[in-house]
Amino acid sequence: MNNFEYASPTSVEQAVALLSSTWGESEILAGGTDLLGRMKDYVSTPKRLINIKKLPGLHAISKENGGLRIGALVTLDRIPESSDIRKNYAALAECVAEAASPQIRNMATIGGNLCQRPRCWYFRNGMGLMPKNSEGKSLVAEGDNRYHAILGNDGPAYFVTPSTIAPMLLALNARVRLIGPGGPREIALENFFRVPHSEDEREHNLQANEILTDILVPAAGSGMRAANYEVRQKAAFDWPLVTAAAVLHMSGNTVQNARVVMGAVAPVPWLSSEAAEAVTGKAIDEETAAAAGRAAVSKARALSENGYKIQIAAVAVKRALLAASGQPVPNVFAQGGAA
Amino acid sequence: MPEQNQYSWPPSADRSYIGSRMGRVDGLAKASGHAKYTYDYNPKGLLYGAFVRCPHAHARITSIDTSAAESMRGVKAVEIVQKPGSEIHWAGDEVVAIAAIDEPTVRDAVRAVKVEYQELPHLVLDAKEPPRDIPPDTSPLGVDDLEGMFSNQVPSNQIIKEIKERGISFKPEEVPLDRIPPEIANAIKSAQQKPSEKKKVPSWYKPAAAETQGDPAGAFQGADTVVSEGVYGLPVIVHCCLESHGAVSEWTDSEHLLVHASTQFVSGIPGQMAEGLGIPAANIRAVQQNIGGGFGSKFAPDRWGIYSAKLSKKAGGAPVKMMLSRAEELEVAGCRPSAYARVRVAAKKDGTLTAWDSFGWGTGGPGGGGSPPIPYLIRDRVPNYRTQWTAVVNNIGPARAWRAPNHPQACLITMAALDDLAHKLGMDPLKFFEKNAELTGSRASIYRDEFPIADQLMGWSKRWHPRGDSTKGPIKRGLGMSMHTWGGRGHQSECDLTIQPDGSVTIKMGTQDLGTGTRTAIMAIAADTLGLTPPQITLLYGDTAYPMSGGSGGSTTIGGVSSTTRRAAVDARDALFGKVAPALGATPEQLEAAKGQIRVKGNASKGLSWKDACAKMGAVPINAHGKNLGGRDPLMNSGVGGVQMADVSVDTETGIVRVNKMVAVQDCGLVVSLETAESQCYGALIMGISYALYEEKVMDSTTGRMLNPNMEFYRLAGIGDLGELVVHMMVNKYDSRGVIGLGEPPVVSPGAAISNAVANAIGVRVPFLPLTPPRVLAALEESRKGTAA
Amino acid sequence: MSTKEKEPANLSRRDFLKISGIAASVPLVVSPTATEAQGQQAGIVGPGAVPITLTVNGKSFSADLEPRVTLLDALREHFDITGPKRVCDRGECGACTVLIDDRPVYSCTTLAIEAQERQIITAEHLGGAQPHAVQSAYVNNDAQQCGLCTPGFTVATKAFLDKHAHGADAEIAHGLAGNLCRCGTYRGIHGVIAQMSGREPKGNAGTTTIAERLATSAEGGA
Repeated sequence: MNNFEYASPTSVEQAVALLSSTWGESEILAGGTDLLGRMKDYVSTPKRLINIKKLPGLHAISKENGGLRIGALVTLDRIPESSDIRKNYAALAECVAEAASPQIRNMATIGGNLCQRPRCWYFRNGMGLMPKNSEGKSLVAEGDNRYHAILGNDGPAYFVTPSTIAPMLLALNARVRLIGPGGPREIALENFFRVPHSEDEREHNLQANEILTDILVPAAGSGMRAANYEVRQKAAFDWPLVTAAAVLHMSGNTVQNARVVMGAVAPVPWLSSEAAEAVTGKAIDEETAAAAGRAAVSKARALSENGYKIQIAAVAVKRALLAASGQPVPNVFAQGGAA
Repeated sequence: MPEQNQYSWPPSADRSYIGSRMGRVDGLAKASGHAKYTYDYNPKGLLYGAFVRCPHAHARITSIDTSAAESMRGVKAVEIVQKPGSEIHWAGDEVVAIAAIDEPTVRDAVRAVKVEYQELPHLVLDAKEPPRDIPPDTSPLGVDDLEGMFSNQVPSNQIIKEIKERGISFKPEEVPLDRIPPEIANAIKSAQQKPSEKKKVPSWYKPAAAETQGDPAGAFQGADTVVSEGVYGLPVIVHCCLESHGAVSEWTDSEHLLVHASTQFVSGIPGQMAEGLGIPAANIRAVQQNIGGGFGSKFAPDRWGIYSAKLSKKAGGAPVKMMLSRAEELEVAGCRPSAYARVRVAAKKDGTLTAWDSFGWGTGGPGGGGSPPIPYLIRDRVPNYRTQWTAVVNNIGPARAWRAPNHPQACLITMAALDDLAHKLGMDPLKFFEKNAELTGSRASIYRDEFPIADQLMGWSKRWHPRGDSTKGPIKRGLGMSMHTWGGRGHQSECDLTIQPDGSVTIKMGTQDLGTGTRTAIMAIAADTLGLTPPQITLLYGDTAYPMSGGSGGSTTIGGVSSTTRRAAVDARDALFGKVAPALGATPEQLEAAKGQIRVKGNASKGLSWKDACAKMGAVPINAHGKNLGGRDPLMNSGVGGVQMADVSVDTETGIVRVNKMVAVQDCGLVVSLETAESQCYGALIMGISYALYEEKVMDSTTGRMLNPNMEFYRLAGIGDLGELVVHMMVNKYDSRGVIGLGEPPVVSPGAAISNAVANAIGVRVPFLPLTPPRVLAALEESRKGTAA
Repeated sequence: MSTKEKEPANLSRRDFLKISGIAASVPLVVSPTATEAQGQQAGIVGPGAVPITLTVNGKSFSADLEPRVTLLDALREHFDITGPKRVCDRGECGACTVLIDDRPVYSCTTLAIEAQERQIITAEHLGGAQPHAVQSAYVNNDAQQCGLCTPGFTVATKAFLDKHAHGADAEIAHGLAGNLCRCGTYRGIHGVIAQMSGREPKGNAGTTTIAERLATSAEGGA
């Protein structure tokens, strides 16, 4: 880890002023669970770290406009512990409880979870986010891309979005508040993420001297049903191969409106209008859910090693829809006994 | 039955601690964080060492500029490890070593060194089947070839075979004959000397001559013959010791070195470091109280050990800590060689195995590596066989022994092929293995004892179904089994056991406890022999100041230290009997040591407390030197048998595999420390689940670098990734064989048992480990295509 | 759906700058004197060593440390508290787990400078002057081999049991997922949880005969 200046401002304005307007020169330290690892690997080499944990007003979960306001500095462990979230956004509570490990959840913030950088192993090994070989070809496309994108992978970005929570928040139609030298602004979460086209760009719309301050989740509504499904190799604490979040607004057994978002399939959380259309106006059963799963990957394109992700993304969408509508889904980890 | 003598193991009625679950004697020190490891040693004035490493998989160093690093504040010593002109064979190899006042400074200094390289072509992948038309290399062996075989731990018999067949291009005295195994030294001395041949164009592939027996071609013919074919394999994995490799070296004066090493071979460190440092081995003291994992990768001092000492010398003798980072540990501290094979195997319709034919390949890094003993367990006894092996010489990194070297590879390839054959025969694999058990030779009776126990504990006979779980839904469940063996005869080991006149007892032994329970076993034996409790005995160990012990590899420690401890304790006890007998009005032969007394056998009223008995010694302590008898020692033995079964579920839509239950039935002769023995087996099952489902050194073909040198994508099983684990030690059954090593054998079978269970669940073989979603889904897809066509 | 962004109407850029009272950012690379003056105003320290005081196991420890020093390295290298181990150094394995204000965290992924004014407890002091009951249970269940992961695991286990007094298997799978072991001691750790929550351990702990084992097996067999 390179050395750096360290500041611990006590107001948002101070914090913003301390940030450089150029990416890479300064970094925001919140939970640190992503940033410090990147710095140890010299993937990030900021000259200054701004610890924002002492900023006031960003640590609370509160009600706002009938919905939810989650301060960016709320640590992940507190989200499933919130009775309001457990009651009205149970799928969000479950999704957050599945993230990482207890120690990480005690440290990591929800804002940091949305701003974390990709886990692409080329990126993390210091080869760059869009690494190229000497002939200018993508190292990822030519190399081991088993965990890389199947959607939004026209290049040069092939990495996948790392957050396991963003797809659920995006499916819930969440918005985020950002603050920078120009003052605060508020954008839909789906516009917060974007596919970068050069190493200089980030995978979100944050400016280098902006801070994400709040996550706003709209009111749940009585007909809302939601579920998240992760496909991962290990029972816990494992980056999922694919995730799918489904939020349905039901009228009786009929889907009035659906939002289906996949994670770890594209450089951004992937909102699938195809999956949503496939179930809108229908009841969810094995057949409609499976059709929606197929629709979700209808535009997917495999790289050399990740064709299997197309299959499991379709399954994840199917199972998220089934779970959202209250139907049982297979769980391979529930088989057999424990030691 | 072994000959009865005074050292024989006490009958089970006379054992209080031997064979018991007495509790790990160093347990609380470890659990409470007080146990000290090499990495925890923080002497005053400590400097931190680190290496500049080559980023290329194959390159020649063209220039090195250390000036910027040398002028940095806090940098105390810089040493060039490999000079310009040196050829580098794997990414991460050491180029320059630096010591500085703290770790951040040394890491900054490493980044300030400028090294230029000429990149050379590399190969880091190994799963592709090599061409079969490359002739075996028959050119005489050079010193380099020999060194390569040693550093890749090629089995001795294979080295000897190559020396005999190819001859040598050097004079025997050019190699240090006194420091290599005598049988190899003899082979070199008697080898034919030939002029060295001009090297052919280097090839990535090094085929060995085929080995055949019987009529391997004809045996696959015939109306009564059922043939099964398949490809099986497992990739390079790494050890991932939680305490990384490394050492702390300090010069106590200009001629004497003290080294704290993280090592599986404390006694062997001085001899391996002396030459490089230019001092006698006698001037080097190596110590280690605890080691955080080795698994076969920590026998040598390695460059980190040697350069911690060189940097310390340069820095005026200040202690230098040189421990690898996690990424370094995974990139350079050792590879378990991969193994793949295309196999044809045949049996008569009644299930009698008749023929084996395999073409195998795998990599042990730049040396190519040794070949696994295929077909496993039945080699030399299957009537007709042909085995071919091609070493893939590549740049994936250096091979090191990995818990049971070559056995998990040979086991997976063999047991999977046989399981596929059983399926083709329409036989329950358990019945198939029972039917062919005689082909395992002398261990057949052990397997026959173990099969019904494993059957009962798994409920195999009640639950087994033919391939393909017909239950509705995407989750399929299946059973699989495997069997294994290992040698494990005790190594050379010596100790001093001293009884003081005040009754205190001290054992000094240069051995090490890898977490296998060595300390606990030594204590159990000494306590039972002296009639004491473990807290009454002090065990000093892990220090070259104490009598030597062999390296803890090959499951040789438990046999070695057990016999040695028993012998020393018996001799010391008998000497004490001599001193005490007159006071008890008995002859020494009439006495026993039991329950804290020296007493007339079976007569508690006619005895003295331990303390009072020792007081009869006068002022002179009793010292007994223990030394086992090696290959002719009846207290220890070689050769174990184990049977394992796995119960898995597979999500056929996602390819995720879950192990629901595993059963391990394991023999290791006389069980000295039951609880830690069981822990070895549980641990082996968990490690086995890990390599069966997750572990793989993933390499990038373009850059030649490891892509997962971390613990998030080099996955290890977590606490939620195991189902029920049942371990049954064959207690008391084989006591008469003496003590046999255990650490390695139970890790041999899990990969095969789990792979077979997955095949049983989903109806199709997943050829390669680890059994990841892409591989499982690809196998299912292949089978669907096959069915459609 | 709409992708039009809204900016809160009541707060313009000029207003914001007025509120903040800072019209320009604090530059990153300027002359030392300027940095110092502005830095002090914004509370900037480093990159050189700064005095740091940590409260560990009820005692106060002070040293001059660069801001980049992690809590783990401060504990191990500067205060010789070596119960927390450095294994992955990336928040992946849990060997460095300590309690900060009673919550388990990875000390390798926490800066020492951030951990000031907090109560830090390591494995050595988990039970105060005596070993914690969880640590004794680790010995009783032989839930350790090489022991490198064990101190961190005992801290995580204690914190887990504080939240889940009767840890069920599924809760263990998630609640202790943050710690990895290479020797494979997880079965013993299941035994620790069972013992601490008053349940009988499953499997063959304490049994030797096949019949006993079958009687305690959850799967198959009898």
